[in-house]
Amino acid sequence: MDLSLKINGEDRHASVTGSESLLTVLREYLALPGSKPACEQGECGSCTVILDGEAVCSCLVMAADAEGSVVTTVEGLSDESSLHPVQEAMLEAGGVQCGFCTPGFVVAAAHLFEENPSPSSDEIREELSGNICRCTGYGAILRGLEALAEENA
Amino acid sequence: MQATLPRDLDEALQALDADPSAKLLAGGTDLMVEVNLGGYRPDSVVALRRVEALREFDAKRIGSGATYRRLEQGPHKALAELRRTVGSPQIRNAGTIGGNLGTASPAGDALPFLAALDAEIELASVAGTRTMRWDEFITGVKKNACQPNEIITAAILPEDVPDRQAFAKIGVRNAMVISTVSACLFRAEDGTTTIALGSVAPTPLRPRRAEAMISAEAHPSEAARAEFARLVSEEVMPITDHRSTEAYRRHASGVLARRLLERCL
Amino acid sequence: MTTDQRVKGGIGESTIRPDGVAKLQGDFAFLNDLFAEGMLHGATLRSPYAKARIVRLDIAPALAMPGVHAVLTHDDVPGDKTFGLVDADQPVLAHEITNYWGEPVAIVAADDPETARRAVAAIDVEFEELEPLIDSEEAVAAGEVFREMDLRSGDQELRGEVVVEGYYETAMQDQAPLGTEAGLAIPDGEGGVDLYAPTQWVHADHEQILPCLGLEPDQLRVHPGGLGGAFGSREDISLQIHACLLALRTGRPVKFHYDRGESFIGHVHRHPSRMWYRHEADAEGNLVRVEAKLILDGGAYASTTGPVLANATYFAVGPYKVPSVAIHGFGTRTNNPPCGAMRGFGAVQSCFGSEAQMDKLAAALEMDPMELRRKNMLVQGDHMPTSGQRFDRPLPTDKVIEELLAMPLPPALDSDDPRHLPGGTGLTTERSSVKRGVGYALGLKNLMFSEGFDDSTEVRMILNPAGAEIHAASVECGQGMINAMQQVGRTVLGLSHVAWVFDDTSLIGSAGSTSASRQTPMTGGAVYAACVGLRDKVLEQWDGDDLSDDGVHKDGELVATLDQVCADGPVEFLATYRHPPTSPPDENFHGDVHVDFGIAGHRAVVDVDEELGLVRVISVDTVQDVGKVLNPTSVVGQMEGGTMQGVGLAVMEEIVLRDGKMLNANFTDYLLPTFLDAPTVDMVLLEEEGGFGPFGAKGIAESPTISSTPAIVAAIRNATGKPLTRVPVRPEDIVGL
Repeated sequence: MDLSLKINGEDRHASVTGSESLLTVLREYLALPGSKPACEQGECGSCTVILDGEAVCSCLVMAADAEGSVVTTVEGLSDESSLHPVQEAMLEAGGVQCGFCTPGFVVAAAHLFEENPSPSSDEIREELSGNICRCTGYGAILRGLEALAEENA
Repeated sequence: MQATLPRDLDEALQALDADPSAKLLAGGTDLMVEVNLGGYRPDSVVALRRVEALREFDAKRIGSGATYRRLEQGPHKALAELRRTVGSPQIRNAGTIGGNLGTASPAGDALPFLAALDAEIELASVAGTRTMRWDEFITGVKKNACQPNEIITAAILPEDVPDRQAFAKIGVRNAMVISTVSACLFRAEDGTTTIALGSVAPTPLRPRRAEAMISAEAHPSEAARAEFARLVSEEVMPITDHRSTEAYRRHASGVLARRLLERCL
Repeated sequence: MTTDQRVKGGIGESTIRPDGVAKLQGDFAFLNDLFAEGMLHGATLRSPYAKARIVRLDIAPALAMPGVHAVLTHDDVPGDKTFGLVDADQPVLAHEITNYWGEPVAIVAADDPETARRAVAAIDVEFEELEPLIDSEEAVAAGEVFREMDLRSGDQELRGEVVVEGYYETAMQDQAPLGTEAGLAIPDGEGGVDLYAPTQWVHADHEQILPCLGLEPDQLRVHPGGLGGAFGSREDISLQIHACLLALRTGRPVKFHYDRGESFIGHVHRHPSRMWYRHEADAEGNLVRVEAKLILDGGAYASTTGPVLANATYFAVGPYKVPSVAIHGFGTRTNNPPCGAMRGFGAVQSCFGSEAQMDKLAAALEMDPMELRRKNMLVQGDHMPTSGQRFDRPLPTDKVIEELLAMPLPPALDSDDPRHLPGGTGLTTERSSVKRGVGYALGLKNLMFSEGFDDSTEVRMILNPAGAEIHAASVECGQGMINAMQQVGRTVLGLSHVAWVFDDTSLIGSAGSTSASRQTPMTGGAVYAACVGLRDKVLEQWDGDDLSDDGVHKDGELVATLDQVCADGPVEFLATYRHPPTSPPDENFHGDVHVDFGIAGHRAVVDVDEELGLVRVISVDTVQDVGKVLNPTSVVGQMEGGTMQGVGLAVMEEIVLRDGKMLNANFTDYLLPTFLDAPTVDMVLLEEEGGFGPFGAKGIAESPTISSTPAIVAAIRNATGKPLTRVPVRPEDIVGL
């Protein structure tokens, strides 16, 4: 089956043969490896992308069902010249260690801040409770995003 | 693999009629786990995400394609409470009530809500629609009465849903967790009380003796509330597995039942 | 905390980590992102039984499949058939018998992962299930032990008036790094192979892989790769030998990528433990004697069970003076999944038991638990009650206790928001059902390798006109080592441009493992030495007295630019750093077996819904001696992250086994703490002089995981009065069912 999607603002095409996930298509077929496979059952958030306006786990999206969709991945949130404010905030606060959960956190947080530019600490914690980080204990991520929320207030 | 992406229900039903072996795909939050980790490879799927009619909901009828995210603004307090505990924000953006019914897991978070309300489940095929009560629909652990050519279209709620309602779910961590026990309780003005519990039996469980006992109490005393809890604990049929023990689930069922009742008095 | 003012980006600054931007943008290449032209994909046939006889193994059906390029079994291993980090007792591929659930039996290389998966399923294999040995006590009785330590110190006849006994258990914990195991082996066309490996120690991989491949040392090059965390799980071999075998057989690059389920079984875990303790004190609360029996289950193969058991045993009484000690430790061999390294490495287990005992003893003495600890604490100049070793360097146990008690407590619960209550958004719990508890624990652990291991790290500094490069084989797991090493380099050299370059095993000597709290002192020590050597060499050559970004100076005058200094090519200096030697223990397990120690304390505050057995960990505050803070942000990150792994073990993390099989090898049922489970972590960092890492820095990453768990459980006991002798504490344990 031939897929057409708009990914990070570009028309992209891929051919899928079976029930493989959007995550597989992004990583293996479209050279967009930023979304990470860590659990492949929707329990870690490392593969979070924005699909038609909603943050979802791309491992749980059957690629064939993403036909015609608009997708934003971590690769689409920044360019060489500037970082997304969420990326800046996490970098500055030390919210990155091994980095494997980081792209999923960035996408989920960017989506949160788009919907609510100045979330409370509790809102940040709840809205990102689907993103597991094993390295930081979440402290630095929270401090970074709290600072960003403060800035936006 | 053949993938059909219908835009309306008729198209979906016809696709399914043409190929009843096709797997229905809604939010994908259960199906794709089987694909990713269980080696499941469907030959054909009918994906329901684009069928707008299934996504609609109101106070009486919840379309099977309504995502938990959309139910945030839902018509019922207990529904809003339960949807907040379903998976993670990402899961709630994809997962649907129809998916919960289709999977029919004992731990399905929406099922106690539907069971406590005696919801009817609406099924459609090219031959027409039929409805059946939730307990006729859910027949066992991950088993339901949906025929291969049918699509779950909606859960239909009764005319009078009591305002006093509450949901709670126990898991070992404070977010993104499968329930070890969940419960949903409604109490009408006349005291009629219904409660359904999840993860304590093969299908959502209605402790009928406990319901009858507490429904008869207009102003349940502390002793009556304790008796209600005791009866609930007695009536549930939990097992011990890697998530919890039979004894804990039995105990916690009673505690949750009492607490939900107290929230509704 | 002091900052080097002479050069930007030196020690003491929270410099931004060099890989941060790439990781945030999704550009950082993790091992499972690697690609090579023409590469094949590997997959593994694993035993479905804890113990079984391989009755039939016919690879022909798999080999006949289109797209399948090789299927290998035990017979195809050209060299040694077994490997191991300490003892080479683990088969590369099982032969006749499989000894644990998930043991590799055959490997496949195919055009794509799907074909590889199908080929594994097509292998015609029949197992005869055998009775497994899964009970560690039965293993002790049967003599199935990798290591036994019967350690006695002091007068064995001493007895105290006040006696408390207890039995404790810790469950099998998984390191659960977010990145699963992945690796790529690329044949060089001349019979050799380059391996990009999921490892914390490339040279140890090289040493283990080489004999199995039957190659010459220079034919195998192991390269560090982008790890998504490790926490001990990548000290041992997982897919390395398999990938190399298939690459050499097919002549094509072969990539493996374990999914989460395979990752759970593909790496070692934290040893589950059983511990029997007896503490005796005099009426004033002076510890007189501690007796303990410790059983740590190593599972099917040795891995690092020996050294893990050693840690559990040496630190079995915690940071306290005890005149009479008898610790009997066993590391057992069973048919459970193999166990090895995880953050805290044996000290975690016995700290849970001994700290629970200290609280129990304090209760029996009607003493404040921290007063009992203060009364018995070990400090500099004291001797380890177990090994007898003297603490020659600062051991600020007194300051840890003092600062911990002085830290302000979090405010009382004043919220009805479920996100602040036990049970979280599950809405289980009203504020009125909540009881608060406070608990303390102290933890002592060795830093770096012990028992006479000749531990060294090699670093080559290269100066070129653009600045300096650090070349080493030290692995970055994500903790921020590279960042700190660059800071050390900048400060010592006085140069702002210091780059990090990973060398593979063919280019440089071993850096040792990125584990055991050792890279800050070890690679740090080598970077420091190599930078001093390089600087001295350049200054001597140009008769200068200072080096800076523009070149060599003498008396404030520029005498040579970096271009001039490097006119004949880059200037190099190679340094090998060794820490002061340790000794193997004598027959009584006495001796100077450790090189340095880390001391820390935790105070946990929990809110408990006792009726439902649900816990919310509010805060886990800590005081730790870190020697010297090289990068404040990194240190805080290690402390918070390590503490969180202690939270996990305290209240949720457990690999559930039945008959040797894992019931929850996935992230649905192996629960890691989420954002809503995260406590606040306030900390006091002590900077005691005497650490021998660069500028006095110590390895810091393990201590946060040691005393956090017992502190949390002590807090739950404090709230509920329940004995709680096992971690993780389950709701049913609190309810008492």
